Amino acid sequence: MSTLSRDEVARVAALARIDLTPTELDRLAGELDVIVESVARVSEVATPDVPATSHPLPLTNVFRADVPEPPLPVADALAGAPATQDGKFLVPQIMEED
Amino acid sequence: MTDLTRLSAADLADKLAAGDVSSVEATQAHLDRIAAVEPAVHAFLHVSADEALATARDVDARRAAGEELHTLAGVPIAVKDIIVTKGLPTTAGSRILEGWVPPYDATLVSRIKDAGLPILGKTNMDEFAMGSSTEHSAYGNTHNPWDLDRIPGGSGGGSAAAVAAYEAPLAIGTDTGGSIRQPGAVTGTVGVKPTYGSVSRYGLIALASSLDQAGPVTRTVLDSALLHELIGGHDPRDSTSIDEPLPGLVAAARQGATGDLAGVRVGVVRELQGEGYQPGVLARFEESLDLLRQAGAEIVEVSCPHFGYALGAYYLILPSEASSNLAKFDGMRFGLRVEPEDGPATAERVMGATRGAGFGDEVKRRIILGTYALSAGYYDAYYGSAQKVRTLIQRDFAAAFEQADVLVSPTAPTTAFKLGEKLDDPLAMYLNDVATIPANLAGVPGLSVPNGLSDDGLPVGFQVLAPAKADDRLYRVGAALEALLEAQWGGPLLDRAPELEVGK
Repeated sequence: MSTLSRDEVARVAALARIDLTPTELDRLAGELDVIVESVARVSEVATPDVPATSHPLPLTNVFRADVPEPPLPVADALAGAPATQDGKFLVPQIMEED
Repeated sequence: MTDLTRLSAADLADKLAAGDVSSVEATQAHLDRIAAVEPAVHAFLHVSADEALATARDVDARRAAGEELHTLAGVPIAVKDIIVTKGLPTTAGSRILEGWVPPYDATLVSRIKDAGLPILGKTNMDEFAMGSSTEHSAYGNTHNPWDLDRIPGGSGGGSAAAVAAYEAPLAIGTDTGGSIRQPGAVTGTVGVKPTYGSVSRYGLIALASSLDQAGPVTRTVLDSALLHELIGGHDPRDSTSIDEPLPGLVAAARQGATGDLAGVRVGVVRELQGEGYQPGVLARFEESLDLLRQAGAEIVEVSCPHFGYALGAYYLILPSEASSNLAKFDGMRFGLRVEPEDGPATAERVMGATRGAGFGDEVKRRIILGTYALSAGYYDAYYGSAQKVRTLIQRDFAAAFEQADVLVSPTAPTTAFKLGEKLDDPLAMYLNDVATIPANLAGVPGLSVPNGLSDDGLPVGFQVLAPAKADDRLYRVGAALEALLEAQWGGPLLDRAPELEVGK
């Protein structure tokens, strides 16, 4: 299976929205390569005839009664936010301008 | 007068019910113990003395007024910091949640509060429960009360150390791959990972949603059963919660304590011993098997051929789910927000800077690993294969439980290692959970009970596994082994732990 290069780790870290310093990137690339090589053993027994399991106990479509319940009060929901304004979360600009 | 911190929760509850002691006295005794040993142990990230004493006073008043109270009313408890507690800081061991105070209670916390257990505080852990030593906490190491230079296990090292150091008779842990059982083993305490869905996950800060399960951390098997019955059972707020009553756990523990296991088939898992297991760990395991045999159990050997792939599957499934669950830490609605040092402060760049500054090494490692395993081109080979291994492990368990009522193994391959010893070798760290991970992948329950000291004088744990929804079997077999061992030892294993240097 493929090895995990420094460039690949940088690309995946960007996908995961985690800024890494060059030192962190060097170290993580080495460590992740070893880990990926080790876990890749799973493909040895994962033959096409084996179904996948995503959940330990079989459960489907768990619904509750369609009855309104009081939501978390707005003030409580906003209490831990880094910034708020007019009863809403205040966030940085979403789109880059130009 | 007896030292109230040395009593089991069950014995303390009896004394409270009889009016021999008040909850305020019991709670204060534990707060005093915390003040005395915390400088050395550091099991807690936050101590909530005022709130705990207020609960204790309320319980004492209600008891004095003749109110019918829960068995554990007034018995203090510590809660792992990954479980949200309204009004008490909750960090999950991460800088990214430093100072966050949740606006709601987890279901299990509501049940603890409704039953009148004073909450002493929040316990230390590996950041977001990623680790086996509690060294990945952003807030410093917890020290093993048996040897302060050694790890208390992880991720729930704080809860296990708090109980082992007599700072609390009861604690809550969470177990995604062994984070209740392995700390129990290395601190000489009892820990139970219930069947997946036995205890509500509502209000647990999710690590891997298909593996996470909260459970009891105590000094005796009976105490774990009492706590499991309190926090367990159906919760409509968790769609994966099992909608049926719990089996009789306390009754099973009491039955087991008689020491009679006639007719119980105990399966020894061939793949969970041998290479990589410390000789002292294996010796204690064999001696425990002899005791079970003498108690009337039938010992059979079973094979679970795919357990050798469990660690690999786990370190694909867990990071994949974690990478998704931890995406909510984006610096927008709660926790840390860091703006980039230069360039435009767009939401995307703020998210990258926040996560770069707020997450520790292990969290970054696992999120990146999970993102990689789920990315286009790799999904089938990694995540898809891991899910298939999960099926194979479930089949191994199903076949083994045809031959045995419970399965047993050492809980962890070694005793507590030195702080710092495995910090730079992630794979070596991951191997600590080799015997506990299969249960999480299959959703079956597991218990660890102390079964002696290894050649290095440090505690060893004995793991019992049962089929899904048969948690009562854990308590019966665990309590039987505990009773037989304590009869041999002349008291609990923890009596042999060194006295901590207690400050003023």
